[in-house]
Amino acid sequence: MSNPSNVDAKRRRFLVSATSAVGAVGAIGAAVPFVISLNPSERAKAAGAPVEVDISKLEPGQKLDVEWRGKVVWIINRSQAMLDSLKTFDDKVADPKSQNKQQPEYAKNEYRSRDTRKEVLVMVGICTHLGCSPTFRPEVTPGSEGFYCPCHGSKFDYAGRVFKGVPAPINLEIPPFKYLANNTKVVIGDDSTS
Amino acid sequence: MSKLLTWIDDRFPLTKMWEEQWGKYVAPKNFNFWYYFGSLAAFVLVIQIVSGIFLTMNYKPDATKAFESVEYIMRDVPWGWLIRYIHSTGASAFFIVVYLHMFRGLLYGSYRKPRELIWIFGVMIYLALMGEAFMGYLLPWGQMSYWGAQVIINLFSAIPFIGPDLAVWIRGDYVISDVTLNRFFAFHVIALPLVLIGLVAAHLMALHEVGSNNPDGVDVKHQPKDPRTGLPLDGIYSHPYYSIKDIVGVVFFLFLFSIVVFFLPEMGGYFLEANNFVPADSLKTPAHIAPVWYFTPYYSILRAVPPMFDSQFPGVAAMGVSVMIFFVMPWLDRGAVKSIRYRGWWFKGPLALFVVTFLILGWLGTMPTDALGKVGGMELATLLARIFTVLYFLFFVLMPWYTKRDKTKPEPDRTTG
Repeated sequence: MSNPSNVDAKRRRFLVSATSAVGAVGAIGAAVPFVISLNPSERAKAAGAPVEVDISKLEPGQKLDVEWRGKVVWIINRSQAMLDSLKTFDDKVADPKSQNKQQPEYAKNEYRSRDTRKEVLVMVGICTHLGCSPTFRPEVTPGSEGFYCPCHGSKFDYAGRVFKGVPAPINLEIPPFKYLANNTKVVIGDDSTS
Repeated sequence: MSKLLTWIDDRFPLTKMWEEQWGKYVAPKNFNFWYYFGSLAAFVLVIQIVSGIFLTMNYKPDATKAFESVEYIMRDVPWGWLIRYIHSTGASAFFIVVYLHMFRGLLYGSYRKPRELIWIFGVMIYLALMGEAFMGYLLPWGQMSYWGAQVIINLFSAIPFIGPDLAVWIRGDYVISDVTLNRFFAFHVIALPLVLIGLVAAHLMALHEVGSNNPDGVDVKHQPKDPRTGLPLDGIYSHPYYSIKDIVGVVFFLFLFSIVVFFLPEMGGYFLEANNFVPADSLKTPAHIAPVWYFTPYYSILRAVPPMFDSQFPGVAAMGVSVMIFFVMPWLDRGAVKSIRYRGWWFKGPLALFVVTFLILGWLGTMPTDALGKVGGMELATLLARIFTVLYFLFFVLMPWYTKRDKTKPEPDRTTG
């Protein structure tokens, strides 16, 4: 700055912007590891591994809670009455044919289960509204339609299909799953056919 | 002593800073009751920082130990119960004081030109405070901590396309877990407090640059100077005049604060919820989930908007907008004057209605949606929440129109007492 008249203003402006740009790229680059470090760690991912459950002793009408990826997964052996109730709700539920992508292809049917054991429902027990866990108490509320979420009053039938006019927008989620050992074991989180 | 001060002032602008920011800061002489809450908010911030530091000395941000460590503070740490109750009461006190401070801004048009940036910094402080309160609420790792955080973080997963990944990124896991607790602790005790202090500094520096508003909306800073004092005609030094006034406010505040800390620390479930005395259980949702009182108006708005296009995003968006809309207040208000004293009923009416709306939404947000029974097949509470949500937004959306048509009286040149 000793002699301002000699300053090449254009060149100086170029150098200032170039330096700023390179600095900004460097700052963004340095931020990347920090931002990515907030993603699930290897340990958290490992906790998301498939879970194997023996269901040979699950009687009709009974429900089993299993933890998978820290979420509660229900395995329900539906009674004939529960299965029969589903048809009567076709016009009362929001998505009767399960058009929304809330289940693997093999569960996209009227029972939202695998053909091999259509009575067994494997479903993530977390409300699609804001993540509370709906209640299942067929013995306390006889004739009830399925599941009731205590947080905001959403209702689902025995296939996890959401009723119209409740806060939850879509059906409960069916996780990927498969059967092993002559259909007496369920593997949640893995549906590979090997 | 004065020699020491001179020595320091030659090396660091200590006296200069003190005089610019407070000592010789010329404030209008007509500050009333509503002007206590700014300094009180700063005072509560200090309370929260000091009590928070002492809580971290015994708290353990670990999902298996967090709940226990809070009970340990309550039962075994000498005076630990007091420090914790000061911190939990301070959180609610912070919001009470800030809501009254914001209401003062609405009353006297303190967000109007040239104070737009003061207001914007203020809204940012409010947002940071909400984040601080939300993350702090997870730390005791009770049922309400867990499921409240579950609900709020799931709001983000409603955002189209990036939502689900964003929620996983915020949690650092597929569900709320130890990882989430640990990072919320980091944000709560270091990241957000630093942001808050920075924003408060910006808020005050902007205020002291443009000068304070007052109940008459008089531009005191640019008044002619009084030849005897050299100060603007209606201006006085903050020190000692407002130092003394604010100390009175702090003492009175401490009376009320102590009553709550010592006799009503749970405040009937509004400051500390009963479900939070049960350890977090990821497999069991409490029967009724409600946020702490200061979030309930927005929670009502969230619940009032029905899902559209198979998505709950509209409700989430409405809630987001209902907070963010405060940012544009300075440009929505087209009134000829700042202060409510010189405004007509076309401003006073909507403002009164807005206050009622905010309170009713807050009240509705504390209850389950079926609490008031049904009217014509629809839950009354939901119906009311929808009506008042519409009114909430109308206050802002129609503001350019009704403030413009409002019949105002001329603002005086001098303050009126």
